[in-house]
Amino acid sequence: MLEKLKAEELRYVGKEARRSEARDKLTGSATYVSDMILPGMLWAQVKKSPHARAKIVKIDTSKAEALYGVRAVLTGAELNYRLGLYVVDKDILAKTEVRHYGEAVAAVAADTLAIAKKAVDLIEVEYEVLKPVLNHMDAMKAEAPLVHPDLGSYDFMKAAFTPQPGTNVANLTKLRKGDVEAGFAEAQWIVEREYTNPSVQHVPMETHVAIVEWKPSDDIVIHTSAQSPFTVRNLFCYTFKLPLNKVRVLIPHVGGGFGGKAGIHIEPLVACLSRKAGGRPVKFQATREEEFSLLPCRSALTYRIKTGVSAEGKILAQKMEMFWDAGAYADYAVNVTRASGYSAAGPYHIPAAWIDAYTVYTNKPYGTAYRGFGHVEFFWGLERHMELVAQAIGMDSLEFRRKNLLVPGNLTLTGEEIFESSGNPRKCLDAVAKSIGYGSLTTEEKAREKRTGRKIGKGVATLHKAPAMPPFTATAAIIKMNSDGTVNVNIGLTEIGQGSTIAFEQIVAERLKFRLDQVKVTIEKDTDRDPYDWQTVASKGLLLTGNACILAADDLLAHAYETSAQALHCQVVDLDHDDKRVFLKHHPNHGVTFTSLALGYAFPDGNAIGGPLIGVGRYVAQGLTNLDKETGQGNPALDWTFGAHGIVVEVDPATGEFHVLKISSAFDVGKVINPESVRGQCIGGMLQGLGTALCEGYIYDEAGHLLNPSFTDNKILTSRDLPDEIECIVVETPQLDGPFGARGVGEHPMISVAPALGNAIQHAVEAELTHMPIRAEDVWRGIRKHEPVDNWITKTPTGSCKSNVLL
Amino acid sequence: MKIQLTVNGSRYEKDVEENRTLLRFLREDLGFTGTKEGCGAGECGACTVFFNGKTVNACMVLAVEADGGSVETIEGEVKDGKFSVIQEAFDRNHGLQCGFCTAGMILSVKELLHRNPKPTEDQIKDGLEGNFCRCTGYTQIIESVLDASGQLPKKGELHHA
Repeated sequence: MLEKLKAEELRYVGKEARRSEARDKLTGSATYVSDMILPGMLWAQVKKSPHARAKIVKIDTSKAEALYGVRAVLTGAELNYRLGLYVVDKDILAKTEVRHYGEAVAAVAADTLAIAKKAVDLIEVEYEVLKPVLNHMDAMKAEAPLVHPDLGSYDFMKAAFTPQPGTNVANLTKLRKGDVEAGFAEAQWIVEREYTNPSVQHVPMETHVAIVEWKPSDDIVIHTSAQSPFTVRNLFCYTFKLPLNKVRVLIPHVGGGFGGKAGIHIEPLVACLSRKAGGRPVKFQATREEEFSLLPCRSALTYRIKTGVSAEGKILAQKMEMFWDAGAYADYAVNVTRASGYSAAGPYHIPAAWIDAYTVYTNKPYGTAYRGFGHVEFFWGLERHMELVAQAIGMDSLEFRRKNLLVPGNLTLTGEEIFESSGNPRKCLDAVAKSIGYGSLTTEEKAREKRTGRKIGKGVATLHKAPAMPPFTATAAIIKMNSDGTVNVNIGLTEIGQGSTIAFEQIVAERLKFRLDQVKVTIEKDTDRDPYDWQTVASKGLLLTGNACILAADDLLAHAYETSAQALHCQVVDLDHDDKRVFLKHHPNHGVTFTSLALGYAFPDGNAIGGPLIGVGRYVAQGLTNLDKETGQGNPALDWTFGAHGIVVEVDPATGEFHVLKISSAFDVGKVINPESVRGQCIGGMLQGLGTALCEGYIYDEAGHLLNPSFTDNKILTSRDLPDEIECIVVETPQLDGPFGARGVGEHPMISVAPALGNAIQHAVEAELTHMPIRAEDVWRGIRKHEPVDNWITKTPTGSCKSNVLL
Repeated sequence: MKIQLTVNGSRYEKDVEENRTLLRFLREDLGFTGTKEGCGAGECGACTVFFNGKTVNACMVLAVEADGGSVETIEGEVKDGKFSVIQEAFDRNHGLQCGFCTAGMILSVKELLHRNPKPTEDQIKDGLEGNFCRCTGYTQIIESVLDASGQLPKKGELHHA
């Protein structure tokens, strides 16, 4: 779908354009599900487990049911439905056992929120508390209690996943490329290290919220703050064994998702409450605390890497083991494991690779998709590892990276060939290295070090990611012309803030040769109206839906030309058009207006031809294959977006405190569609990545209680936490099957911020950090070569600063 | 109890429970849903409104406290069909993404610019510290504020390698 239009001929693509939905958001008139109150609506609340693992002995709901204004009370006993994206392992409400702190055990719908809250307090649950398994490495041990003893009886997606019944392993992804042992035997150096990071929370500003109406006719309407309307519908219908056309999913504006709203979450529970309340609409919105523990998080990871390097500094072999902490349910974590498994070596050429990637059940809130889909986590380890390997072999780490970067002709871990058109990781790396002045300090920086007593360090890290999606991922677009010559575009991809709406409007306007103000992409999603889209995830929307938009524009024009040719008594081949008319190329005054074509062209005598102008564009990913389950070989990548970050950091060697002076980020986006949107993704993702790098993380006590489910105890970054200087750089190596050459860049800015920071800190003060986030105390320990401390499951309930280790 | 207050210049009189927050009162009883709830605990700033001339987190104020008072919300920001200078600047500079923090953010900016019509970048960062934004990374918001205060000679740039 690469358009060979010259840059100077483009009128909208690559040019500035304001976000088309901004003015509703700026005036408070954009409606989110949070804002909606429907006639007759009830309010729901959930009774949650205070334990990480316990048998449910008894639930007494009688007092709640007797409370005036309570219209429905539900427990797991009456809900025989199982949910699951890939492994069908979750009950709507816990039935016999709770598997994590904060899990839903009962729910209420009532006339008011206050009554619902009171009713939930009146529900009495008797538990037999069991010892939880919290650390995912402990859960791998033979003697560990099983989080899902019935794993062997669960349904799962067999083409992609391999659960291990009788263990806590929800999935094992394997990859085998070349002869690893031979590579190690030939290697001059072998470096082996382990890297870790805890679970974190997505923090969409709008918490999960849904209003569901399960009518007595079994027609169901779901209003939800979700990323993927068709996934909600599909999984909902799978669970309740309903025909797809009985369920309508509506998504208005969404207050952020970041992957946390990618699947299906509270909708089935709210639906069951509505059904029990006789079909009245029921609304449930998670509190911020519930967002941390009732809703899912991002998985923790332990990543072991063993690398064999030749005398010249070329990587010969790499053995990688990943242990992903799924928490209590597999949800997306199994697919994070799979996608990370086949990307685990980054944008480097690894001739021989061996990967085992495990998804491990524990008694903690469960993990799901989060911006980067595993790459933020494993790139922390991988790019710290590249730094430590370079150090071990006595080579500059930038040079070591350059020597091993993927180049055209190389095969990825899965055996996919890299082409010139795949993108240019080297250009990204070189751009950030240049931007931060990698390798030396300027006169000013030296003077600053002298003045402040703090040390300045510079580090880089690369990144790459391909969309994690089925090889047959599909989408479509429908463009409908109105009688005034404007068009409405319907797509199933959701605007969650990423700016896709304006990008598609620019693409459609460019392709139709219309004015931008003639094109409107509908924000609100409706599965009854919009064409199918797989999901709003994976940074695949721009490419796939962008192509569908181009094809729909072509289809609409083809119909317009066909009718025009009849109206003008000419051949289609002689026609051209502008934003108002279709006309004969060689007699431009001889033409018909789009306004006269839009609803069907009528001749002067009233006879008409054509009918309403509608263009349909269908697109499905091309050339991809399932991966072999034993070797991981195949073609999984729609496109690779390569990138790099460079960071300049200033560290106080006495305290370990540090401050980011500058961050430069570069991405090979193929083609910029909207520069301000790209910059918004670049900086927004970078700061979210910096949050992950600096401070975010779930802290548990040894009983599995989550200790910090609030913004007071689980900080996210504010405007005060910005680096002093930020530079965003783009490389444009056109993607051959990208719309105007474009690739996605929604997730990538978040990836590898943490290791770039870790590497910069190492350059400043020689601290060898292997745990993320990097807190001042971690740097302090690193400088003094103390053992790092993993205190995310802590003996002391007072937070991350209190270590349980005596120094 | 019955309370009277002015919201965006119009008078309202309504019965309200004593424990109802100003935020819920505005959103659910009066329909001013432009003001959002991000945490309900005074931590995120999404519910920032003007109350008697000063910004507050509406989730931390009881509706009964607003009796006799005056409240300004995002819905009052457009005057005579015209967007405010701040709204226009946010629009020009992509100072928003998902839009959920935007109402609170704009009112905090308004308060900041009342106090300090030409804030430095550092003063802007201080002024917005209480308003979380998970999407933008704040930079385009800060540029919007600089623009609104006539201090942005050149828009933020994407560099080409």
